[in-house]
Amino acid sequence: MNLYAIKAIYIFEMSRFFRTLWQSIVSPVVSTSLYFVVFGAAIGSRIDQVEGVSYGAFIVPGLIMLSVMTQATTNASFGIYFPKFIGTIYEHLSAPVSFLEITLGYVGAAATKALFIGSVILLTAYLFVDIRIQHPLAMVAFLILTCTSFALLGFIIGIWAGNFEQLQLIPLLVITPLVFLGGSFYSISMLPPVWQTITLFNPVVYLISGFRWAFFGTADVPVGLSLLAIAGFTAICLATIAWIFKTGWRLRD
Amino acid sequence: MTDIVQVKDLTKRYDNGFEALSGVNLNIREGEIIALLGPNGAGKTTLISTICGITQASAGSVTVGGHDIVEDYRRARSMIGLVPQETHVESFEKVVRTVQFSRGLFGKRRDDALVEKVLRSLSLWEKKDSKLMQLSGGMKRRVLIAKALAHEPRVLFLDEPTAGVDVELRKDMWEVVRGLKEQGVTIILTTHYIEEAEAMADRIGIINKGQISLVEEKDALMRRLGQKTLQIELAEAVEAVPEALSHLPLTAEGGRLVYSYDSQSDHTGITGLLNEIRDAGLQMTDLQTRQSSLEEIFVSLVKEDA
Repeated sequence: MNLYAIKAIYIFEMSRFFRTLWQSIVSPVVSTSLYFVVFGAAIGSRIDQVEGVSYGAFIVPGLIMLSVMTQATTNASFGIYFPKFIGTIYEHLSAPVSFLEITLGYVGAAATKALFIGSVILLTAYLFVDIRIQHPLAMVAFLILTCTSFALLGFIIGIWAGNFEQLQLIPLLVITPLVFLGGSFYSISMLPPVWQTITLFNPVVYLISGFRWAFFGTADVPVGLSLLAIAGFTAICLATIAWIFKTGWRLRD
Repeated sequence: MTDIVQVKDLTKRYDNGFEALSGVNLNIREGEIIALLGPNGAGKTTLISTICGITQASAGSVTVGGHDIVEDYRRARSMIGLVPQETHVESFEKVVRTVQFSRGLFGKRRDDALVEKVLRSLSLWEKKDSKLMQLSGGMKRRVLIAKALAHEPRVLFLDEPTAGVDVELRKDMWEVVRGLKEQGVTIILTTHYIEEAEAMADRIGIINKGQISLVEEKDALMRRLGQKTLQIELAEAVEAVPEALSHLPLTAEGGRLVYSYDSQSDHTGITGLLNEIRDAGLQMTDLQTRQSSLEEIFVSLVKEDA
């Protein structure tokens, strides 16, 4: 295992994050505050409790998930796309590193950034609503798993993308709708029966449900199923990345 | 001398059917500087990219230090440093950090003293905290060399190291390369500048249309193919070779007589030639000899191939 290579990539990626630390923090804090003002205070005041939790608190796990998934995906996709775009990727391709090491470096850094931003959002939420986390360890575990799995997805997108538009396409067209329709701002039980069934095909439902269970002890789907879904998603991403590096798809001529 | 890089029947065919390399065989000796010359699109960069792992070979094999570049890529690549043709750099990164990054990427423990030594040897130490975007093109190329040297490679590939570099920097770069050779680094460079190959290389390889058409010691190549000519200036310009001298290998060019000969041969025939010219009643005003350059050799070889 080339540990120095993993460290080099990780530090390199993190240093870019720290160069723009304030931008990285301000934007999620502002957007989260806006969600709380609109959904929590303005609309939420007219909504009763959802599953015994005030609506303002109920949306916190969904909000964190929304940001974490988007951040993990965009950070990882940008991280690997950028060297491809400017041409410095030659160095990674000619270095004695395996696909696993490159992936660990980029995905680790992207997941760390997303984790950091998720924590910032949680802290911001405390300013607006009263939250008590019932299963803190499970909460952290779900958060880390989600950061990692979506960073893996982002890594694949970054390798696939041929231009900056494509880089933004998947987060915009796939992730955001899936998260919005995945029960970020509502409980699935609030949907008509047909939509409840359709929703179960949305993988994000399982992630948000599990994460919300860690907060409030209530879930749309069993927690075990949530864990299984995350594990499955991670495995698919890893297998795809292994295939990419084996064949050199979009990386090597 | 042992061969540090062995290329066997290396072929690279792209999806669109274009064959960039067609069965290349090349052995590179440890410690030498070999220059690969060839016209644009000859396959120089593809060859280097394949050895370094950036491009996948369609057929054939390569070993570096005895390690197969596919089966044992870690050991093979650890020995290689690559300076690419294009000066792609991370604009916002600092010089010293990008060099440290390269060392880490190649699996080596951080070593500030070594990085300092590399940067100093390339006159980059004063610029160590500059952002890469603040550097000139020539300086960026030095940074790429520093990055390639950061993990102490035994084989260094320089793909057109002096393309777009001004004359002074080019000479500096040659000094750097010679210094590396003295340290025992094997150097493979591709170049358009035949002057560069002539100035630095121990051996010359000529690559054309995806094939190595010749690999030879530079001096031997120049001796073998480098004809010498004697130009004889006459008091009265001649249109053609005078009748009395027509049995000699002479040509008339621009009013002068030109005699081609092999300077290595025991008998150049120069004394006899001069006597005959005098006997023919021609008055000589000046004599000049000229050795054909590597460039002329190269052009004639590539033409033969075409």
